[in-house]
Amino acid sequence: MSLSPLTQRRFAIFRAHKRGFWSLWIFLALFLLTLFAEFIANDRPLAIHFDGRWFFPVLHDYSEDAFDPGLMPLEADYTDPELRQVIEAKGWMLWPVIPFSYASIVKNLPVPAPAPPSWQNLLGTDDQARDVLSRVIYGFRISVLFGFTLTILSSVIGIAAGAVQGFYGGLTDLLFQRFIEIWGGMPQLFLLIILSSIIAPSFWILLAFLLLFSWMGLTGLVRAEFLRGRNLDYVRAAKALGVSDIAVMWRHILPNAMVATLTFLPFTLSGSVTILASLDFLGFGLPPGSPSLGELVSQGKNNLQAPWLGITAFVVLGGVLTLLIFIGEAVRDSFDPRRTAP
Amino acid sequence: MTPLLQVDGLVRHFPTRGGLFTPGRPVRAVEDVSFSVAPGEVLGLVGESGSGKSTIGNLVLRLDEPTAGRIRFDGQDITTAGEAALAAFRRRAQPIFQDPFGSLDPRMTVEQIVAEPLQVHGLAKGRAARRARVAELLNIVGLSEQHLTRYPHQFSGGQRQRIGIARALAVSPDLIVADEPVSALDVSIQAQIVNLLRDLQQRLGLAMIFIAHDLAVVEYVSDRVAVLYLGRIMELAPARQIVRTPKHPYTQALLSAVLEPDPDRKHTREVLQGDLPSPINPPSGCVFRTRCRHAIAACAEAVPPLRSVGDGHVSACIRADEL
Repeated sequence: MSLSPLTQRRFAIFRAHKRGFWSLWIFLALFLLTLFAEFIANDRPLAIHFDGRWFFPVLHDYSEDAFDPGLMPLEADYTDPELRQVIEAKGWMLWPVIPFSYASIVKNLPVPAPAPPSWQNLLGTDDQARDVLSRVIYGFRISVLFGFTLTILSSVIGIAAGAVQGFYGGLTDLLFQRFIEIWGGMPQLFLLIILSSIIAPSFWILLAFLLLFSWMGLTGLVRAEFLRGRNLDYVRAAKALGVSDIAVMWRHILPNAMVATLTFLPFTLSGSVTILASLDFLGFGLPPGSPSLGELVSQGKNNLQAPWLGITAFVVLGGVLTLLIFIGEAVRDSFDPRRTAP
Repeated sequence: MTPLLQVDGLVRHFPTRGGLFTPGRPVRAVEDVSFSVAPGEVLGLVGESGSGKSTIGNLVLRLDEPTAGRIRFDGQDITTAGEAALAAFRRRAQPIFQDPFGSLDPRMTVEQIVAEPLQVHGLAKGRAARRARVAELLNIVGLSEQHLTRYPHQFSGGQRQRIGIARALAVSPDLIVADEPVSALDVSIQAQIVNLLRDLQQRLGLAMIFIAHDLAVVEYVSDRVAVLYLGRIMELAPARQIVRTPKHPYTQALLSAVLEPDPDRKHTREVLQGDLPSPINPPSGCVFRTRCRHAIAACAEAVPPLRSVGDGHVSACIRADEL
């Protein structure tokens, strides 16, 4: 595939934007790493060689009697010293770098939880004796995935809504605008508090709920682009050719309206991450026990005597948002027609 | 001969927003315009800015809906045409736009731009056939195959206008509506494009509505010319006749504004007084009477109808015989 000169120029500007360029790589590396969180931080071994056979506890569940018929036919707990002895007598186990999952409780703490950083728990433990580093890794992943999903879905809906409004204009536009004004005036947080008092919101319910309101962020922008675009001569030429409305929007107006939309995306993403963190902080977010950065912030607030909690939460959340903003700035600059390629 | 295009009593009012207690008064862009275009004929539409000539072009292509009136294309009323009939109509009538920079999608290559009509109407099926047809069209308008993969911004204004013409010709239309196709170009390029259009029109037997404000260009291209003022036709006659023996005072004033190529010849210029009246609040009776030096009291009474003043020559002036 050959890139158009315009795209090449944009890449050149993006690359020249050192801060944004490196932020993108750091962010991608971290994201890729956390995608494999189960292989980095887990309370199950990656592999077991036992009695001449291979076991992969990360991928499969095994019951304890698979290793010793004398044990109970329960799901294997590899942190159990009894099971460890049995396995290590006839083979060996390969553990992940961090031998704790986000929910596993560190059993042999020398001090009451929250325990300060040690060689065993590099960032210490939280007040429920869970390894902070492990929770940060899983929390980063869920925050970013949630942010991405929310951003993509709300962009799709927002662009479609804005496109219809701008393209048809007139009464459609008028009614739609009034609807958005009313809908946008809804007290989102209070609705969410009511919702979470009825059900415990899961990842998807929370996502769907936030989506109900977040799509409006982009509609104004896309609507303006389409209002401008629908009267351009090449759009009128396409209409005179008998190109269908949807094809005109998709092929002729959207690509030219995409620039304004794309520059917005990194900022929408960081906004989504912030929303999830603040809901988790307030306790209206993901179900209790989920690894989340917002929950870590609230633990930090409740345990000021354990500063590693607050500091970790601050550094991680601040770091993610800073990276995303730097990337956003670089994207915005590279789409700016007034910037010249280096 | 039956006309290809028959326009009857065309009216287009654009609504404006009124005040809190006063209803909005519409902008009367086109008022009771009727004309016809025979197959292979070129009708020129002239008039100053705001005379409604571009609105008529949009209405004829059904890029806009008329407030009243009928437009029949090949006997079929296109103002009420449904999906299927409209698709068939769009295959036979195509626009050429004024602005060569705005009329081409900046993100498409020349090949994609010219191939789009072929794809929409299912002509020249298959990649190879389509590419061959696009190359052929580019040759017709004086561009070459090497331009296929380029983007519009890599061309000059005149070349872009040629691409626009190639796109319009792709569906082999019967009617072209050219809305000021040369007024955005340099004078040296204008002649090339005008000649290209005239040449193509004659070679392909196209009917054309040629909209412009330059009488000299319109006379050169057109078979017949309609002069518009404030949304109404003032005079309609064969091109030669309208230039040599204009019957309407407005046409006479327009013609006197055309510059003479010979600087030694005496040039009497008739300068119109005042400004174009507002199309929201047009004068009663003859809309031109406020600036006409021949105006009499009777001009304010009724809208003068188009009357025959010669062979195929009509004028909307009650004093056409005296002047």
